[in-house]
Amino acid sequence: MMTKLMTAFAATMIALVSLGAAVVPAQAQEPLRLTLRDGVIEALPFALPSFQAEVAGSEQMAADISRVIAEDLNGTGLFRQIQSSSFISTPAGFGSPIEFADWRAINAQALITGAVAVNGNQVTVKFRLYDVFSGAEMGEGLQFAGTTDGWRRMSHKVADVVYSRVTGEAGYFDSRIVYVAETGPKNDRAKRLAIMDYDGANVQYLTDSSAIVLAPRFSATGDRVLYTSYESGFPRINVLDVATVGRQQLTTAPGDMAFSPRFSLDGRQVIYSLINGGNTDIYRTDLATGQNTRLTNTPAIETAPSFSPDGSQIVFESDRSGTQQLYVMSANGGEPQRISFGNGRYGTPVWSPRGDLIAFTKQEAGRFHIGVMRTDGTEERLLTSSFLDEGPTWAPNGRVIMFGRETQGADGTTALYSVDITGRNLRRVSTPQGGSDPSWGPLQR
Amino acid sequence: MKHFIKAALVIGALSLSACTNADRFDNADAVDLNAQNGLNAANDINQTGLGGANDPASPQFFSQTIGDRVLFEVDTSTLTAAGRATLDGQAGWLATNSDYLAVIEGHADEQGTREYNLALGARRANAVREYLVSKGLAASRIRTVSYGKERPLEVCSAESCYAQNRRAVTIISIGQNS
Repeated sequence: MMTKLMTAFAATMIALVSLGAAVVPAQAQEPLRLTLRDGVIEALPFALPSFQAEVAGSEQMAADISRVIAEDLNGTGLFRQIQSSSFISTPAGFGSPIEFADWRAINAQALITGAVAVNGNQVTVKFRLYDVFSGAEMGEGLQFAGTTDGWRRMSHKVADVVYSRVTGEAGYFDSRIVYVAETGPKNDRAKRLAIMDYDGANVQYLTDSSAIVLAPRFSATGDRVLYTSYESGFPRINVLDVATVGRQQLTTAPGDMAFSPRFSLDGRQVIYSLINGGNTDIYRTDLATGQNTRLTNTPAIETAPSFSPDGSQIVFESDRSGTQQLYVMSANGGEPQRISFGNGRYGTPVWSPRGDLIAFTKQEAGRFHIGVMRTDGTEERLLTSSFLDEGPTWAPNGRVIMFGRETQGADGTTALYSVDITGRNLRRVSTPQGGSDPSWGPLQR
Repeated sequence: MKHFIKAALVIGALSLSACTNADRFDNADAVDLNAQNGLNAANDINQTGLGGANDPASPQFFSQTIGDRVLFEVDTSTLTAAGRATLDGQAGWLATNSDYLAVIEGHADEQGTREYNLALGARRANAVREYLVSKGLAASRIRTVSYGKERPLEVCSAESCYAQNRRAVTIISIGQNS
């Protein structure tokens, strides 16, 4: 009866019927909940006994899926996996009664059990999440089914559900990043557009390195990517269809060069910088009608525009005050309001998907920082510091920021890093070569 | 015929310097070339096609003797006195060699965000373009492009390198006056 459901991977997610597991009555204990508001100091310990192979030959896949789920959770810095060597017992089978006392004894606060069945090129993953100290299951058990080549996505989906149930916030593991893959020395750098899973797996290249490519930006649905290309000999904006990898140049307002594009949330408009006579201003182009609107008009450099999630405002950088600073204006242009007032220079602002914060690059005293501030410029918080950090992008849940880092000197190299918005958990993202200008796509369906 | 020779010179210079450096009329490359020509003088059949640095109408003369680039102070696009002197030479050369077109490449050092540096490189390229136009050159002969910090010439992370990277380079080519 499940075989039908196994055929389509996307969105095949069904609640399992109760398998008759005896649920231990909840004790007088706060339900399991990790509140992220002020940052978590101590990671939540969880146990994840390797998922069981329900069908002979599924053992490797079961081990791989278990590993990726654990890596996702550990990678947040909010969860900490308990070594299996300290387990007192393991469940006899998926759905067998849980000996909560055995898990409490090793201080596992969450327990994740699961089973994997591989049939030909089809795989089914089932899992359950338990709140050990309450002795109760957290939410229903779920099943994901699809083709075996989607096994990493299924693992990410399990981890997203666990993350979401424990933190009360949406996950971000089943998402992709488009970025610029970099190879070669500093004075002969080859750049290609690449797309990968959020954790650096499954890298695919979208362009060759025959022309410089810069700063790709996903649409909100992840179906298209805007980027800057020197294919024509001059910087111009291309629109790339992710499914077909077909690309075409965006017809902008007339100008010498165009760069720094971003989609509106509905994907119908593009805001970008246009250079005319050496002067850089911000424009908007409606993709359906081709109508162009000039949004800024000063002799200063206005660039790096980013829409608020509700589409009503645009944050951007301008050096009209003499140095790069951040400004917010109406999506239709008009008088902007300066929001950055600290020491140093502020650039590349990006509105968070929740709408509450703006991430930016800050330059001060020869160092670069990635930081966040509220949308009115208050509560500035620097998250990183290095020789050169730049180009932040938000995880779809607004909890994590990815950015590019370049090291100093003649042998300087580039890499992608991620950091929690609390400033904790700085990590290098594993990519096959150097990387810059990441853009984090949406949570996939 | 005259055009054909010039075109051959340009193509030769392009293909040779392109092997080692993205910056097409890089001085260091040109010096290497001359040295090689000296060593291989006996059997290098192409030598006469390349040794144009003494020919005032040659691209080599433009890039080496006049100077194809001007440098800028940190975060500025204001032409220096030395820069203006170089551009006076460029303007004179382009006025004489009226079948050449120019593309001005603006560049920035690595200190700064990518977008800002792209815009800054455009300011620098435009400052050169405006100066050349003010010296009487037709605006239609001069285009600008900015590479921001994407094409550094020198790779160290120190002012000695940054100073060379904050530049605007005039790239000349035989034009199709269309």
